[in-house]
Amino acid sequence: MQPANLLLLTLALAIVAYWLGYARSRSLAMPLGGIRHLKSLPFYYGARAALWSGIPALLVLGLWAAFQGKVIQLIIIGGLPDNMIPATDGEASLLLSKISNVASGALPPGFVEAPIAEAAERLKALRTQSRFLMSALVVSVAVLAGFLGWLRIRPRLNARVQVESILKWVFFACAALAILTTVGIIFSVAFETIRFFGKVPFTEFFFGTHWSPQTALRADQVASQGAFGMIPLFTGTLLISAIAMIVAVPVGLLSAIYLSEYAGKKVRGVVKPLLEMLAGIPTVVYGFFAALTVAPFISDLAASIGIEASSQSALAAGAVMGIMIIPFVSSLSDDVINAVPQAMRDGSLALGATQSETMKKVIFPAALPGIMGGILLAVSRAIGETMIVVMAAGLAANLTANPLETVTTVTVQIVTLLTGDQEFDSAKTLAAFALGAMLFIATLLLNVIALKIVRKYREQYE
Amino acid sequence: MNNQRSQAEIVRQSLKSRYRKERRFRAYGVLAIAIALGALLTLFTDIIGKGYTGFLKTTITMEVQLDGEMMYLDDPTDERQIKMADFVEPLVQALIKEIPGATEDDRDQVRGLINPYASVTLRDALTANPDWLGTSRTMTFLSHTNVDVYVKHAGDDAYSIKLNDQQKAWVDELQERGVIETSFNDVFFSGGDSRDPSRAGILGAIVGSLLTMFVTLILSFPIGVAAAIYLEEFAPQNKFTDFIEVNINNLAAVPSIIFGLLGLAVFINLFGMPRSVPVVGGLVLTLMTLPTIIISSRAAIKSVPPSIREAAEGIGASKMQVVLHHVLPLAMPGMLTGSIIGMAQALGETAPLLLIGMVAFIVDVPDGFLDSATVLPVQVFLWAGSPELAFIERASAAIMVLLTFLISMNALAIWMRKRLERRW
Repeated sequence: MQPANLLLLTLALAIVAYWLGYARSRSLAMPLGGIRHLKSLPFYYGARAALWSGIPALLVLGLWAAFQGKVIQLIIIGGLPDNMIPATDGEASLLLSKISNVASGALPPGFVEAPIAEAAERLKALRTQSRFLMSALVVSVAVLAGFLGWLRIRPRLNARVQVESILKWVFFACAALAILTTVGIIFSVAFETIRFFGKVPFTEFFFGTHWSPQTALRADQVASQGAFGMIPLFTGTLLISAIAMIVAVPVGLLSAIYLSEYAGKKVRGVVKPLLEMLAGIPTVVYGFFAALTVAPFISDLAASIGIEASSQSALAAGAVMGIMIIPFVSSLSDDVINAVPQAMRDGSLALGATQSETMKKVIFPAALPGIMGGILLAVSRAIGETMIVVMAAGLAANLTANPLETVTTVTVQIVTLLTGDQEFDSAKTLAAFALGAMLFIATLLLNVIALKIVRKYREQYE
Repeated sequence: MNNQRSQAEIVRQSLKSRYRKERRFRAYGVLAIAIALGALLTLFTDIIGKGYTGFLKTTITMEVQLDGEMMYLDDPTDERQIKMADFVEPLVQALIKEIPGATEDDRDQVRGLINPYASVTLRDALTANPDWLGTSRTMTFLSHTNVDVYVKHAGDDAYSIKLNDQQKAWVDELQERGVIETSFNDVFFSGGDSRDPSRAGILGAIVGSLLTMFVTLILSFPIGVAAAIYLEEFAPQNKFTDFIEVNINNLAAVPSIIFGLLGLAVFINLFGMPRSVPVVGGLVLTLMTLPTIIISSRAAIKSVPPSIREAAEGIGASKMQVVLHHVLPLAMPGMLTGSIIGMAQALGETAPLLLIGMVAFIVDVPDGFLDSATVLPVQVFLWAGSPELAFIERASAAIMVLLTFLISMNALAIWMRKRLERRW
């Protein structure tokens, strides 16, 4: 049975368990003189039976579905004749995809070696077996646990307390998923990063100024060693982020000031949602706009005044990224400006200062730490932004500060290295994870600092 | 006294420049807003301008002689014969007849006007209606992409027209006579991706998006709400709870591509799940949108006034009953609003899906959660990278469809906030 159907079946069984539990509690209560002699309402007895039946079955189903793929892969690889057992992970994944192509019928068995055709047959059999075993196990667990839960229904049993404590644990597990996700992120990048540093020296990655992640097709190839210096990537990322900030900070800040201090209610009611619309546009749309409209426009403009500009200039990607970040800066600054106590405003205006003087000399300095925090958050977003740069910035890792030249960024390289066919042991693929680790650490630091600043600032005025 | 008057004088004299500064500051604010809104306007006009033609298709309507001898076919029910038969010839002959002055010698040029897929359309029509053999029928076929580009963009320097002058003259003439027409592009909404821009559609991507969003919704909404309830109502004040909160806040700001790395390393490499399937995409997007949903659900729970809780507790409800029977229903509109906004974000997300392989060229419309699929934003990305401008036009049209979805989701969220959310 398909996992999705099995899931529905499990839920159906839980509902059956609910009705049986409900009915049993009522029938037990009847001879005693009605449900008021039960410790809890019949609903809770039913819910308890349903949880007993459903939770273990779902756990079994989840674990089986998560691990069956990997286990089957290992069995298939283990069952190959000795001379075909792949030496590396890369070969293993190639071989596995070949086998599964044969099994799915995309590749006729006559085209491949006999052991592979056999392995494909075995794969098909294993998949059927696994599916059957999973269905049998899940259904029997659901029925058995549900039956046990049903059997133990007594009028004295406090089903409500049990149901509530189970629910509380379920809620807790959901909240703890956030920790699990973080741990997952850290482990998934950390392992591959450590393997990467086993192949490429630490110093080359951090201090190298040359990035060209080729891996050799033949051992004797010229330049068989790729270069993995991340400095050009980081300067490229910083260049594009800086351009984005030059666009976003003044525009976002000034529009926030205007909207909070000058604009009437009507104007604000129209302009604010429109600005927020900029934040809701998918990044792939900005990327499209940057690559196909802004970049050609900039290179034409530069050509018309006699400067050479690349058709994938950092300026185009940065400017469009800046537009994307405007609402982010403006809504954060808006919050901070509004948090400045009204008394400070009134005091300044009462002394005869104009509104702009009040803004520049009183409110802005008071709001500055909060605004800086907001800007740091915006920087972290710019660094991690992917689609705009993938579509509009180039692949060439130039070490330059000229915004009209092509630069590449960390995120572009991650995407380039990881899309398409990969071997999981080449330095090239592992480099993507090392870059991901750097990106994660950089954005995490920025976020932690920014959140601290923002929080500290808020406490000051509360 | 003298001194004082001169100070007042100074202030009065400086007033003019101070007011000027005030006006200038105001103007900067207006300018900033104008820049932001101007960018929004440019973006929209650019995309609509580039893409509205993507909603049009160019077709050729002509009378086709279904001559069995010409097609080497005498029994359309025979599968083998159908496979061998020539379905191009009747189309070429029909079009030659429509063009005055075209002769048998021009057949290659005439053939260049017909979509390569038109013969398949003819074959399918004939297999479905075997009795058409030997008759002559008026049928409509897609034109060649080159004709499509010429009809839509003649005179636009950005497009390179790949027809020669003879063909251009024919197309002009056929257009005048109504043989070549443009109409609403239903192919765009009813097909999957294709190498031929005229036949490329977004149905596959839309279905892929829906499947992925379904997985995301059924996982992230219950989990997010449950986590929010725990943190707001049950969590004890301790280090561990603080740690969970720090994690959630940080995850909300982690770049989306990192979630792609997580999906690749955990779901695909560790668990051995297949690549480019909606289930894995949905799982990755769930992890990505959870923080958003948790944060907005917590805000919704917080906004339920304590008096409700106290009243329920006062008549003997347990903590869980207070939460599930009273707080949760009252907080639900706020939670739904937050979730819709989170889902809109997930629908527009591209980067993490690139890493888990949802960028493949997929022709078929996916028919299940474990079927290879792509999603709408990724389809935009794929077409936008094509050197053919006809694909760019389709990418713009796909963006319009995507934005329509997103704007209606956000409008729904705003409407719900206005209608259902209670002010206490």
